[in-house]
Amino acid sequence: MTEQPRLAEQNAAVHLPQPFLKWFAQKGWSPRAHQIDLLATAQAGQSVLLIAPTGAGKTLAGFLPSLTELAKRPKKKPGQARRGIHTLYISPLKALAVDIGRNLGKPVEEIGLPVTIETRTGDTPAHKRQRQKLAPPDILLTTPEQLALLIAAPDARRFFEDLHYVVLDELHSLVTSKRGHLLSLGLARLRSFVPGLQTIGLSATVAEPDELRRWLVSQNPPGGLAELIVVTGGAKPEISILDSEERVPWAGHSARYATPEIYSEIKRHKTTLLFVNTRSQAELLFQELWRVNEDTLPIALHHGSLDVAQRRRVEKAMGENALRAIVATSTLDLGIDWGDVDLVVHVGAPKGASRLAQRIGRANHRMDEPSKAILIPANRFEVLECRAALDANYLGAQDTPPLVNGGLDVLAQHVLGCACGAPFLADTLFEEVRTAAPYASLDRPTFDRVIDFVATGGYALKNYERYARIRLNKNGLWRVSNPRIAQQYRLNVGTIIEVPALNVRYVQAGSRGSASRGGRVLGKIEEAFLETLTHGDTFMFAGKVLRFEGIRENECFVSNAPGSDAKVPYYGGGKFPLSTYLAEQVRIMLDDPQRWKKLPEQVADWLRFQADKSVLPKRDDLLIETFPRGNRHYLVAYAFEGRLAHQTLGMLLTRRLDRAGARPLGFVATDYALAIWSLADMGRMFGAKKPSLGELFDQDMLGDDLEAWLAGSWLLKRTFRNCALISGLIEKRHPGQEKSGRQVTVSTDLIYDVLRSHEPDHILLQATRADAATGLLDVSRLAEMLSRIQGRIVHKNLEQISPLAVPIMLEIGKMPVHGEADDTLLMDAATLVEEAMGTK
Amino acid sequence: MTFALAMTAPLADADRIGIAGERAICDRRGGLYFPELRLLAVSDLHLEKGSSLARRGTLIPPYDTGATLLRLQAVIADYQPAIVVSLGDSFHDGGGAARMHSSFRERLEGLMAGRDWFWVAGNHDPDAPADLPGETVRELAIGSLVFRHEPSALRVEGEVAGHLHPCARIVQQGRSVRRRCFAGDGGRMIMPAFGAYTGSLNVLDRAYAGLFRRETLMAYMVGAERIFAISHAMLRPG
Repeated sequence: MTEQPRLAEQNAAVHLPQPFLKWFAQKGWSPRAHQIDLLATAQAGQSVLLIAPTGAGKTLAGFLPSLTELAKRPKKKPGQARRGIHTLYISPLKALAVDIGRNLGKPVEEIGLPVTIETRTGDTPAHKRQRQKLAPPDILLTTPEQLALLIAAPDARRFFEDLHYVVLDELHSLVTSKRGHLLSLGLARLRSFVPGLQTIGLSATVAEPDELRRWLVSQNPPGGLAELIVVTGGAKPEISILDSEERVPWAGHSARYATPEIYSEIKRHKTTLLFVNTRSQAELLFQELWRVNEDTLPIALHHGSLDVAQRRRVEKAMGENALRAIVATSTLDLGIDWGDVDLVVHVGAPKGASRLAQRIGRANHRMDEPSKAILIPANRFEVLECRAALDANYLGAQDTPPLVNGGLDVLAQHVLGCACGAPFLADTLFEEVRTAAPYASLDRPTFDRVIDFVATGGYALKNYERYARIRLNKNGLWRVSNPRIAQQYRLNVGTIIEVPALNVRYVQAGSRGSASRGGRVLGKIEEAFLETLTHGDTFMFAGKVLRFEGIRENECFVSNAPGSDAKVPYYGGGKFPLSTYLAEQVRIMLDDPQRWKKLPEQVADWLRFQADKSVLPKRDDLLIETFPRGNRHYLVAYAFEGRLAHQTLGMLLTRRLDRAGARPLGFVATDYALAIWSLADMGRMFGAKKPSLGELFDQDMLGDDLEAWLAGSWLLKRTFRNCALISGLIEKRHPGQEKSGRQVTVSTDLIYDVLRSHEPDHILLQATRADAATGLLDVSRLAEMLSRIQGRIVHKNLEQISPLAVPIMLEIGKMPVHGEADDTLLMDAATLVEEAMGTK
Repeated sequence: MTFALAMTAPLADADRIGIAGERAICDRRGGLYFPELRLLAVSDLHLEKGSSLARRGTLIPPYDTGATLLRLQAVIADYQPAIVVSLGDSFHDGGGAARMHSSFRERLEGLMAGRDWFWVAGNHDPDAPADLPGETVRELAIGSLVFRHEPSALRVEGEVAGHLHPCARIVQQGRSVRRRCFAGDGGRMIMPAFGAYTGSLNVLDRAYAGLFRRETLMAYMVGAERIFAISHAMLRPG
């Protein structure tokens, strides 16, 4: 549907009550077409999905059905029974719920509506929650976790009996995670409480709107779709790629070369928002900008590891337009409205076209003005990627990830939650669960195994019957066996697993933290990173260079190290893999010399050199180069499937090469390519077809090799830990005590080992493998690639390194070494001892 | 990301050690064998830890007792000891032995048959395990060695203890490795926990303060294939 202002005005009179029309008129506004469309759809009793860009008045649209209905509601008479919640609003962020509460309060007050609005988040004090139960507001603004808690309460059915609408904000970002799975199950429960329940989904543009339309309505029987309203338009963003005077580096992620040019853009604009992909990039860019900040412009830093108080200060300053620039990671991605941003700078490649569109939407939060954005590629492959993303954004292409089936660990949590609320019949709950889109294809045997898991752990060795958490009573109802179980459940609800992290606290240099408890907390850093530091090491965090003084319990002590260079790079923070769509665009561009004209000259030159010295991969081919260097032999595969899939491919290929006698020594994976090095001449081996590349890259590597590698893999152990926590096998929190991350890590690793060797088909291992396939291992993407490239592998055996191989070769030894912390390291340490002791 | 593949090279016998003059072998599965005494020591089996936690609603897999006994069986089969000393916390709680599945009980009794078996009392299991053969003792002195559950505060030459579940950590090439370990300074030995679900505590933790002569402390770290002897200077806390 498109905007038709005249028609909209006529429609508005039909659908909007008089006080609303008056209010719009007083404001000098007229209701937008999509707002009225949505209202009309809701009034017709339909659920609806609204897809609109930021600044389109999405929030007001989402609440109009509730507000108009509540406005017409007769006044409550004294003595009349209490009225329950009319509308439930769910947002992925606590801050967003609070923000919406403020924004919605204004029109409600100005129109003079008799409507109460309250928020309920993890920060809401207990007495207020208690009161909300007794006297519910008309509109409750909350998060998925709070919904799960409300559902698990014994009075849930009564609490929600008057519910009409559920408004789901930022739906596109909710549905792709396990939080979305839990929310879909919560929604299924609400539907069973209130059969006529209507949902209103608000979303940014997505690749497959139908997935979200299905998500909003019951899928049992399957096939239902919510109505769809799409707001197109908004001015086309002005995006450019920085055409630097400087040399664009071959490799690396800092984009340090462009700092002076970025700084002069900041000076030219009112407020600049600088997005980077990782926390370490944010820290580095912030440092670099301050190094050249001759005018001492107010430039701030914002990322998820910083102390909350500091983040709030930055957000406040931003709202007051007191800042000229903010360096931020994805914490600012979602639609919170702050200040007048007139330029978005994206440092590093965006990794996905949709993500780029979202981030650029931050600038000029008004729909009718064009957003302005500059992309700063950090290296040459990123130049290609930025170009591809830019073309995609103009084409309106979308690459939001496809939805996956609901996690069984999440289902287990939900089943226990339902039992905490009220006893249930397995047959009824099964039908209810299947109304949720992510669980629409769940089969009964699997569901029964989940119930069995919740009850007694679901082990083949039936040892725990007497300790069951839920039990079947003589009426066929499952009920919680002990009130303590419900108490534990409430403490552990949710699907967000925090990485074990330590507080970073200032102390005096050299104090090691024992004497002075002292300084303030700067934020949190992952334990895994801190473990690799030695006393005196320097690193960057919270915009400062810090010296590591030591760890004491759950705190890491640091002191200021001004003027020092940070010795240890910090690679924390989420890194998104290159999207499938964007990867394909990059391959297409490589294959089309016509399109190189749009690239900076130095990058186009680089590609021409490659065509000259080797070959450029065709869009559906896989190019493999082999060449010797030093006393090693190298294989580089340009697969463009993202770092995670390449990492898995690297693990599997080295196993196969080892069996073939190539004596592989190691590998490195980037978003674009994979490099393996070995002692034997792989080029000659492939030439002699011992083995052939076809055999090496055969899809059967996803069978036994994958299984064998996975067995002991740390990646799978980490995934298992998350499944164990979400499913309630292990508790995140126990009444009266908080387990530290480490204690949990150790025990889930041990549990994994024991379970894998005794019951490899256990439902939790099944859930773990399914997660790993789409998550850390990206097996599904690797599988697609292996099938695509069959018979399309192009081998170039070269005398020396090719231009295209330079970036990945530069990564060798420079990137942090992850993976199994294996015995090689122990061997090194032990050898040192032997040499020192003279026993060798 | 860069990955390095493991390469193995022969090293001198890292697992042969001496404690107060007695020769001993640290077995990577967690046992300590004294060939002259034909004595095998194991510590902190924590049998039935799974069911112990299950009683409180944490339904972790009930296979830990089986896994622990299977490993113990393999160690005993390799060394054929005349004496086995289980250094305390053999069961995770006082009711553990009574809860044990009959098949596991039979397997355990099979291991005990034909050898002297000592249950040293631990803090988790101060009393003799229900209905099981073997002799329950507070401590046991054999030759120049003393076996007890908790290491004593005062230095005792030849003391072999458990209780603390030692592990050690090193950092090499920016990577951290933490493994269970045997911790010894030549005079005293603290053994790693043998049980399948047992956690561990870094040997540099305050709980070990004063137990070892720092200059001769070695951590015999348990690798996938063998034991690695690491000197005190290379160890990291945490």
